[in-house]
Amino acid sequence: MGQRLDSGDLLAPRRGGPSFTRARRRLARPLWRLPWLRGIALLLPPMAWFLLLYVAALAVLFVSAFWSVDVFTTKVVHTWSLDNFREIVTSSAWRRVITRTVVIAFLVTLTDAVIAFPFAYYMARIASGRTRALLFVLVLLPLWSSYLVRVYAWKVILAQDGILNWSLQKAGLPAANIGYTNTAMWLVFSYIWLPFMILPVYAALERIPDSYIEASRDLGARSFKTFRTIIVPLALPGVIAGSIFTFSLTLGDYITPTLVGGASSTFIGNVVYNTGLGAAGNLPFAAAFASVPLVVMAIYLILARRSGAFEAL
Amino acid sequence: MSKIRKAHVLVALLAAALCVPASGAGKTSGLPTKIGKGEGKLTMIGWEGYLDAKWVKPFEKQTGCKVQAKYAGSSDEMVTLMRTGGGGQYDMVSASGDASLRLIYGKDVQPVNTKLVPGWSQFFKAFQGPPNNTVGGQHYGISLQWGPNTLMYNTKKIKKAPTSWGDIYSSKYKGRITVPNNPIQIADVALYLSKTQPSLGIKDPYELNKKQFDAAIALVKKQKPLIKKYWGLSSDEVSLFKNGDTWLGASWPVTTGTLQAAKVPVKEIIPKEGATGWLDTWMLSSKTKHPNCAYKWYGYISSPKVQALQAVTWGETPANKLACKEMDKLSKGSCAAYHANAPESYYRSIKFWKTPIADCGNGKKDCTDYTKWVSAWTQATS
Repeated sequence: MGQRLDSGDLLAPRRGGPSFTRARRRLARPLWRLPWLRGIALLLPPMAWFLLLYVAALAVLFVSAFWSVDVFTTKVVHTWSLDNFREIVTSSAWRRVITRTVVIAFLVTLTDAVIAFPFAYYMARIASGRTRALLFVLVLLPLWSSYLVRVYAWKVILAQDGILNWSLQKAGLPAANIGYTNTAMWLVFSYIWLPFMILPVYAALERIPDSYIEASRDLGARSFKTFRTIIVPLALPGVIAGSIFTFSLTLGDYITPTLVGGASSTFIGNVVYNTGLGAAGNLPFAAAFASVPLVVMAIYLILARRSGAFEAL
Repeated sequence: MSKIRKAHVLVALLAAALCVPASGAGKTSGLPTKIGKGEGKLTMIGWEGYLDAKWVKPFEKQTGCKVQAKYAGSSDEMVTLMRTGGGGQYDMVSASGDASLRLIYGKDVQPVNTKLVPGWSQFFKAFQGPPNNTVGGQHYGISLQWGPNTLMYNTKKIKKAPTSWGDIYSSKYKGRITVPNNPIQIADVALYLSKTQPSLGIKDPYELNKKQFDAAIALVKKQKPLIKKYWGLSSDEVSLFKNGDTWLGASWPVTTGTLQAAKVPVKEIIPKEGATGWLDTWMLSSKTKHPNCAYKWYGYISSPKVQALQAVTWGETPANKLACKEMDKLSKGSCAAYHANAPESYYRSIKFWKTPIADCGNGKKDCTDYTKWVSAWTQATS
């Protein structure tokens, strides 16, 4: 039924119509007969994009991690060695940075999960349609403003003469000395990534059929037992999906440590930035260090897969 | 028809006029001998505030060269930026002494014909060909301004003015201290050690043997728990002092000036141990596409008036002798305050930034080079 949409029919002489249709049919026939060809035609553009821009960039990054830099000219020398990786593993300073990053990413994920679960539960199963819409807007609202602006706002809030200490002082409490500390980073990260935890948990909780809960009650389970044995296991994939966001986003960040972190707040991202662009321009080392979060994330995803989180997605 | 032909001729002439000086000021056939018509554009990397609208706007008006400014927070960043994309993305850079030699030896910058820069002949002798921008008689750039790295403190929080760098290494002000996040800061530590631990035998804070270097790094590590934050850009330090997070810190005069202008109660001193300092040079990329605009900039920025304006704005000392009178016109007494009248002796009291190299100049090559400085600093402060 292509006649109406076919501009060829309107513009070309009458004879052109059937031949055009014929050509189209000829083209369509193999695609119809051979599903794999159809699959390739559909997948080719996104796959090409994915391979060329995404995988290729990662491959180049990984390959250059085995190169080194000439000390004097800071030009990249293309000789293969494991020195960069050896330095990462043996230096206590780099180990400290990696541990710090992973621990804070873990704490942020935990915090977000604890805050997000009751919130999402209320949104999904208790709130009326109107309240739910309002809560959705509230969760998403911060994402409409720039990430940088929000981190800067926290920097101002937590500063020594900032709003937090001012409020504490007005309330007659001692000043909280948390500006430029790891506590400040944990707080800001937890705030920034919270929506990324709430949304998947909400989606998981919303999908639990009411009948399951009724069945649990009918079989004599108390509220807590229903929660523990029905709701938590069914919502867990959502929590894990959210944790992948919060964990990986924290792991790769370097702006928040720069802005609200203190003297001992260097993250993996900061080392990549400092060694790559800043001091000495050692791009190969920066590339080697940039593969650390990749490895950490790969381990994390394997663990998440083991727990069965992907089966329910 | 004749009209059209005339237009053609005009276009051709214009094209020729544009081409000839551009090729004349090119990089290959020696130094340029005259300044041609501006290319309309100049991309520059500068220290924060070095491309202030106060003097960039009049320059753009005078010459038609639109300035594209990029601020860099450290010498390392400047070197990296000058080299990104094979160089040539930026025309000029206001390199300090710890970056300039790296740029010269890396062939990232080209020699400059000082005859085309009238202000240069009015410079103090010491700044016409200082060792950080002049190699083998070739001037790789034109000196700009110089000054010390000072100790700044909040006068409300610290009533008794500090006199020694020791205060930023003692737990007296724990958690209220800030220092630059810059490997060259090791020289400040070494300078302090040279006075407090003479047994180490540190003569030049940029020429440290292994033992001296290790002692300096040990002090950096000891200092870390006392630090609130290592500042990157001078604006970082401004906000740290403005919000009361830090009371004491290693600083630049530009930072003090900005804070004082914002009515923050700060003062700066040069402690009794002396100070490190910097001498900045506008350097010209060896792959510049806008050499004529660059030479116009050289002429402009080294003229007494502009030198004075920048000096007074940021509390620096100009390289041009004649800037002294202009400084006093802008702000009475500023010439003497920044030692622009008799700088030679003052100049000698400052240990100027230079890139540490393995060759210490004593025949031995046992000094720690800059790569080691960078790696030790980054690890000690991470």
